[in-house]
Amino acid sequence: MVELHSRLNPSRANILEKFTRMSWGLLILIVLIASIGFAMLYSAAGGDVDPWAKRQLIRFICGLGLVFIVSLSDIRFWMRSAYFFYAAALGALILVEVYGLIGMGAQRWLNLGWLQIQPSEIMKIALILVLAAYFHGRTLEELKKIRYMLVPLAMVVVPMVLVLRQPDLGTAVMLGLGGAAVFFVAGAALRYFAIGVAMALAGIPAAWPFLEIYQQERILTFLNPDADPLGAGYHIIQSKIALGSGGLLGRGYMQGTQSHLNFLPEHQTDFIFTMLAEEFGMVGALALIGLYTAIFIYGLIISARCSNHFGRLLAAGLTTTLFLYVYINIAMVIGIIPVVGVPLPLISYGGSAMMTVLFAVGLLMCVFVHRDAQIGRVKARELW
Amino acid sequence: MLCLIGGQLYNLQVLQSQKYLRKADENRISIRVLPPRRGRILDRNGRVLADNKVTYRLVLVAEQSGDVERVLDALSSIVSISETERSRILLDVRQRRSFIPVTIRRHLAWSEVAQIEMDAPYLPGVSVEAGESRHYLMGSSFAHVIGYVGAASKSDALADAVLEVPGFSVGKFGVEKGYESSLRGRSGNIQVEVNAHGRVIRELQREEGVSGNDVLLTLDATLQEFVAQRLGAESASATLLDVKTGECLAMVSTPSFDPNIFVEGFSERQWKDIISNRRSPLSNKAVSGLYPPGSVFKLVVAAAALEYGVSNPRFEVDCEGHVQLGNRAFHCWKKGGHGILGLSQAIAQSCDVYFYNLALKVGVNRVAEMARRLGLGELSGLDLPGEKAGLIPTPDWKRAMYGDPWQKGDTFNTAIGQGYVLTTPLQLAIMTARLVNGGLFIKPRLVKSSGTGHDGKVRSPEAVPKIEISAETLSVIKESMFEAVNRVKGTAYKARIKEVPYMMGGKTGTIQVRRITAVERAEGIVKNEDRPWEHRDHALFVGYAPVEDPKYAVAVVVEHGGSGSSIAAPMAHDILLRAQVMFSGYQSQATFIDGCKVIDFS
Repeated sequence: MVELHSRLNPSRANILEKFTRMSWGLLILIVLIASIGFAMLYSAAGGDVDPWAKRQLIRFICGLGLVFIVSLSDIRFWMRSAYFFYAAALGALILVEVYGLIGMGAQRWLNLGWLQIQPSEIMKIALILVLAAYFHGRTLEELKKIRYMLVPLAMVVVPMVLVLRQPDLGTAVMLGLGGAAVFFVAGAALRYFAIGVAMALAGIPAAWPFLEIYQQERILTFLNPDADPLGAGYHIIQSKIALGSGGLLGRGYMQGTQSHLNFLPEHQTDFIFTMLAEEFGMVGALALIGLYTAIFIYGLIISARCSNHFGRLLAAGLTTTLFLYVYINIAMVIGIIPVVGVPLPLISYGGSAMMTVLFAVGLLMCVFVHRDAQIGRVKARELW
Repeated sequence: MLCLIGGQLYNLQVLQSQKYLRKADENRISIRVLPPRRGRILDRNGRVLADNKVTYRLVLVAEQSGDVERVLDALSSIVSISETERSRILLDVRQRRSFIPVTIRRHLAWSEVAQIEMDAPYLPGVSVEAGESRHYLMGSSFAHVIGYVGAASKSDALADAVLEVPGFSVGKFGVEKGYESSLRGRSGNIQVEVNAHGRVIRELQREEGVSGNDVLLTLDATLQEFVAQRLGAESASATLLDVKTGECLAMVSTPSFDPNIFVEGFSERQWKDIISNRRSPLSNKAVSGLYPPGSVFKLVVAAAALEYGVSNPRFEVDCEGHVQLGNRAFHCWKKGGHGILGLSQAIAQSCDVYFYNLALKVGVNRVAEMARRLGLGELSGLDLPGEKAGLIPTPDWKRAMYGDPWQKGDTFNTAIGQGYVLTTPLQLAIMTARLVNGGLFIKPRLVKSSGTGHDGKVRSPEAVPKIEISAETLSVIKESMFEAVNRVKGTAYKARIKEVPYMMGGKTGTIQVRRITAVERAEGIVKNEDRPWEHRDHALFVGYAPVEDPKYAVAVVVEHGGSGSSIAAPMAHDILLRAQVMFSGYQSQATFIDGCKVIDFS
């Protein structure tokens, strides 16, 4: 009986019990993908652990620690602190707006002295958390009323607008679609999605003048990359050449001429998938996509397997966000959507995205650890 | 959505893989041309006339310099950079990609190279590159024949990739241009892998070029220098041929220029001096100068008359000093006339009236036919750019050109080599050689062999065909030329070579540049020396030596020099004497007419 009790009330389960309930398969997948990342960064530097691979490894080890801490923490802590978390992320976004540094031509970073953080990355998680917490407290009856939809809609739209002003089209899209996924799993009526899609489509022409010139260029370039082969179209043309020259089996590890001779720009960050596909060919590219797909399936299983509503929503939202990361990045480097500047999770060089992804993995794991916990439909405040 | 990604990957990596593989190679592989070493030019004895020497070039790579203006400021304390040069450099920097070296200065002095290397830490992006450039060892005496090289022009550059290499030179004039294909050689290339910035990462493949062939000229450097010195400051030319082979032993045009300035670059002032010089130093007068042959042409008229059987050496004319044609008088150069003369005397004394009559008997078409047989009025086939064909007039030509019928007066003018007749000094030398060499139809040659060197094959001399002129005719002409120099009444008697084995024959010519009006003739003709330079007569002389079994033929033309007998003939005397003494190896006590004693010919 003690064992059953502790299973149903995980908060009372000890750390060791929680440890045994973790999804080791998911963890192995994460380590596997990250290792591919180190190998690619090693290649990108021309066969050197500096300047990228070593630092990325250190970050990953720190991030792995974060995964464990988050996995073993009480899931209700996250539900209770969701609003606070969201408010903090929103505040940080506004701060970026006010004090933002210029980095890569866009205001995205907040400098805390010893650490630079990217609030839009935190917002990706915070938004999922807050929506999951909000919908957890709503009954299906309430969801049919439009006024219960307005609050979560505002929660999505406000950070989207702030991120768009930075301007960061990729993150805005991810916020919108990640939020939509939570709405969907929560059981929002399909007509709302239809209205959302219609409004988004109608919004494109209206939003066009508000886009930065480089964003407009990227979209035009996507439609016709050869119009300006040395200017805006350069990235995508060189990326396609790298991909195509890789062929079925690739040119071999560290043998990609496009990446190693710098024809492919940003080959250690946004375009690292291209480099992988150049060196390992279509087979390598599909294998990596297979590994990512395995993570999504894990995520969906975690969501479906979870007996509490909050966990279900959280897992679905996080999985969607991870999927969007991967999908948008790969789709943009192979030229099926415009270049929007989204990194490839766990592989692209960069700290912020790595932390966001590992934090999301940690939360996913946390949901899995607490898959059997029952959480009443009460306001988070009342749980204290 | 994953299907979309998979589909695109299949499309790019399988369906279009070949296309993108090719594009990736186009990206990374760059072909650099390796310029070949240019062949040398040598004289007939193997003396080097044109060679390549190592030169230092100052280049700047903009991306390494950063602030180009500041670097140029620092540089200007070592090498002077004028405002125009500076703006040219800055333009080059702007127009080219920043990693491509821009030439700041060519032909650095060694002291400048040393100073730049020492200051290198303060001159980012500046480096000294060693290269080869043409060097002419003999200076101005060979300038017209050898010519010079210069940077390839845009139209040249289409023909061969090597011409786009900065600093690569092609022949622009003379043998350098005429034998360009032989001298240039074949360029090699290296395939290098470059990165996106164009920087070379490694060499993939190298194909060595083939050096250009040396060109061995028929000229003799010692003789050439002697001739150049003898012509001195005159606006003149002299061409010396071997009468049996047509080999050109000396070809000089004065005034000349130093061909090295075309390689090293010249100042605006130097250039102005050259092109504003009325004596046209840049033109090779031996092949490009067109002159009426004057009395020299009488040899052609005489040969035509004898060959077509319309006259014989005993045909005589009484010269009274002029011939009346309608209301116009055609004068002889000798006031009062020569009296009764035969053909040889008429040639030796250059009687104009005799040849007015003779030309009327022969007819101008036959004269023109003979002129062409002797090489006048057509290109000689010597591979020198800028050669002129000259003009031998005929009635058909005049009608086509001016629409006017041929007049008797035209025949008279033609008879004494004036009017429409135009020849080059080279053609006159060829004519002389064909008249005296025993009936050989020689063609002039400037190059002994081009193409030996790597295969070592020696070409056998081509058999020279016979000329279609009878031996009797040639013998009369040759004898007359002997008399013109060696008889007391001959026009070139003062310029004769007194030493028997070296004696020469020849024919003088004095060409009026300006028509002498009747008024002037009545008042007494102004002496040549008192006229402005441009109005003075051209002095001509063609000659051969030795008189027994001739070996050499020479044509001397001195623009506005005065009379053929007093100016051109003495020069021919010295040239023929020097050539004979030099090639025969005998000692001689002969003196040259301009005063220098012959001391040692070894």
